[in-house]
Amino acid sequence: MDEQLVQLLSPEGERVEHADYTSSLDGDEIFGLYRDMVIVRRICNESTSLQRQGQLALWAPVTGQEAAQIGPGRAMHPMDFSFPTYREHGIAWCRGVPPANMLKLFRAVSNGGWDPQLYRHSVPTVVLGNQTLHAVGYAMGVQRDGAEEAVLTFFGDGASSQGDVLEAFVWAASFNAPIVFLCQNNQWAISEPATLQSKIPLYHRAQGFGFPGVRVDGNDVLAMYEVSKRALDAARVGGGPTLIEAFTYRMGAHTTSDDPTRYRVDAEVEVWKHRDPIERVKALLAREYKKKAAAFDEVAAEADVIATKLREDVLAMGRPDPITMFDHAYAAPHPLIDEGRREMIELGVSVGAA
Amino acid sequence: MATTTMTMAKALNEGLRRALEKNPKVLLMGEDIGKLGGVFRITDGLQKDFGEDRVIDAPLAESAIVGTAVGLAVRGYRTVVEMQFDGFVYPAFDQIVSQVAKLHKRTDGVYTMALVIRLPFQGGIGAIEHHSESPEAYFAHTAGLRVVSCSTPHDAYWMIQQAIEHDDPIVFCEPKSRYWEKGEVDLESTSRGLFDAQVRREGTDVTVVAYGAMVKTALKAADTAAGEGVSVEVVDARSIAPLDVGTMAASVEKTGRLVVVGESPHTASIGSEIVATISERCFYSMRAPGVRVSGYHVPYPPSRIEEDFRPTPDRVLDAIDRVMGYGS
Repeated sequence: MDEQLVQLLSPEGERVEHADYTSSLDGDEIFGLYRDMVIVRRICNESTSLQRQGQLALWAPVTGQEAAQIGPGRAMHPMDFSFPTYREHGIAWCRGVPPANMLKLFRAVSNGGWDPQLYRHSVPTVVLGNQTLHAVGYAMGVQRDGAEEAVLTFFGDGASSQGDVLEAFVWAASFNAPIVFLCQNNQWAISEPATLQSKIPLYHRAQGFGFPGVRVDGNDVLAMYEVSKRALDAARVGGGPTLIEAFTYRMGAHTTSDDPTRYRVDAEVEVWKHRDPIERVKALLAREYKKKAAAFDEVAAEADVIATKLREDVLAMGRPDPITMFDHAYAAPHPLIDEGRREMIELGVSVGAA
Repeated sequence: MATTTMTMAKALNEGLRRALEKNPKVLLMGEDIGKLGGVFRITDGLQKDFGEDRVIDAPLAESAIVGTAVGLAVRGYRTVVEMQFDGFVYPAFDQIVSQVAKLHKRTDGVYTMALVIRLPFQGGIGAIEHHSESPEAYFAHTAGLRVVSCSTPHDAYWMIQQAIEHDDPIVFCEPKSRYWEKGEVDLESTSRGLFDAQVRREGTDVTVVAYGAMVKTALKAADTAAGEGVSVEVVDARSIAPLDVGTMAASVEKTGRLVVVGESPHTASIGSEIVATISERCFYSMRAPGVRVSGYHVPYPPSRIEEDFRPTPDRVLDAIDRVMGYGS
């Protein structure tokens, strides 16, 4: 791995010294991060099962990337705001989005899924990179309001080639926007390797735009937490943007429609299995904080309860009333919306409940 | 009624100024709109009076201009973005159709996409390529957007303010060839809503619908037609999406004939939409098929020959002759 990689916890769960960063978390806090990661993985596994059983149109697994999301997710302040892609289930969890709401998009009953202002976490963005510009604009609004808030936005190694992401870098730098760009480099954009997107480490790009870039072991939740916290804290007080490259690995498929065996070798996956983000924290907790099996079992049981509830909630999500397609297409009355609604009611497609 | 004479450019400038004064959440953003006042000077003096935080000189990236305006809208700001020219809006097309048009729906109404995309459009200024296009149909086609166009200084002054106050995203098409033409502006009130068409000239034989720069062209044709004994009613569509079908239909039910004038090629154009809609609605009142007068189906030509591309009063008169010729 890159010598510049910030790592505070080795894959074996040993503490690692770093010149610039030290973990500030106590045992209870680390256990909290462990719990988050276990629950998010459990939610993800349940969702994959639901998709395989025909209950979801699609699922975008996050397995392997839990630390890359729980670290920044827990470093955020309540008033910070985040702009995700469609894979930030860990951030959504940290922001308090109910797991069933995360699946509305994938059950194809909504194009969003939750109230973004309530959780201060925007809705999934499927078009790669679009959300990074929304995040910069939001951050410009924060500046104009004189608020001490930071904005966090996400993209992947694939989207790092998108014009919108690079434009977002330019704008963030020009306006010194209070924003943190979090690139989860999970090595694969569906079938294309990260090396196709960039000939230099992605975090090096930040320098060319005029702000700091940091590469972090994206499977090390302690490092992800500290690096994110410092970047967010700086953004809130006028320190400007930071690019964090979370060097991680997508253990599963891009989505459930994908077959990764066609483009990557098992040996690579095996290497990354040994870098699992959860196992290393568990090892640390057991060794340094004397956590017993019972404590871990309790988290696993809690995750099972959440997964069971998620399954029930998802199965209870029926087909939306077709008439709802007309709701909120516009904020103000619109003749073609009225016409469409009227026609649908006349066709007897729907009872017409608005 | 106290009116003032001013150019459309000045009327837009005054309208923007008034919007900035009325609501501190209103921002302007675009390339060269600050110190320079925009390449057409529409924002002249506004940065000096409202500051760099509210009248923002943008780096040269159209997708970012619109994309950041989306984020500002999420934060509660109402941003008026300037696309420097019609032909430069396409880098922002993705943000406009994928995000601006859809985020209100995607969030079940939580996000209000209150932003105005100002688009100097149509030709007639002798410019080089990409500076004379009529892309309004691309946006009119997209559910979630609204598209309007002003044709007079009075409308420019009021419509820009109405657009800024509206909660849906609006593509605001400004006929750049008319920027320097003067007209009377009533600074105290306006009688018309943003999405209402307006009869500019009453007539009984043919309805000519136009918008933007083509309204004046249609009025010139109507003058000439009157000399030839044909009474032309000119309807300024004003709102391109949604169309004020009621006003247009009422006119065609009276005249029985329809001509629509636009600068873009007519395939899948606003003119096509108007002809189709009015045909469905007014079939039994119509004495002739609706006819479109448009640019040709070619890329916008070098401007030395643009007046042979853009509809002229003569071409509008030919179309009037055609519809008058049916059944006689």
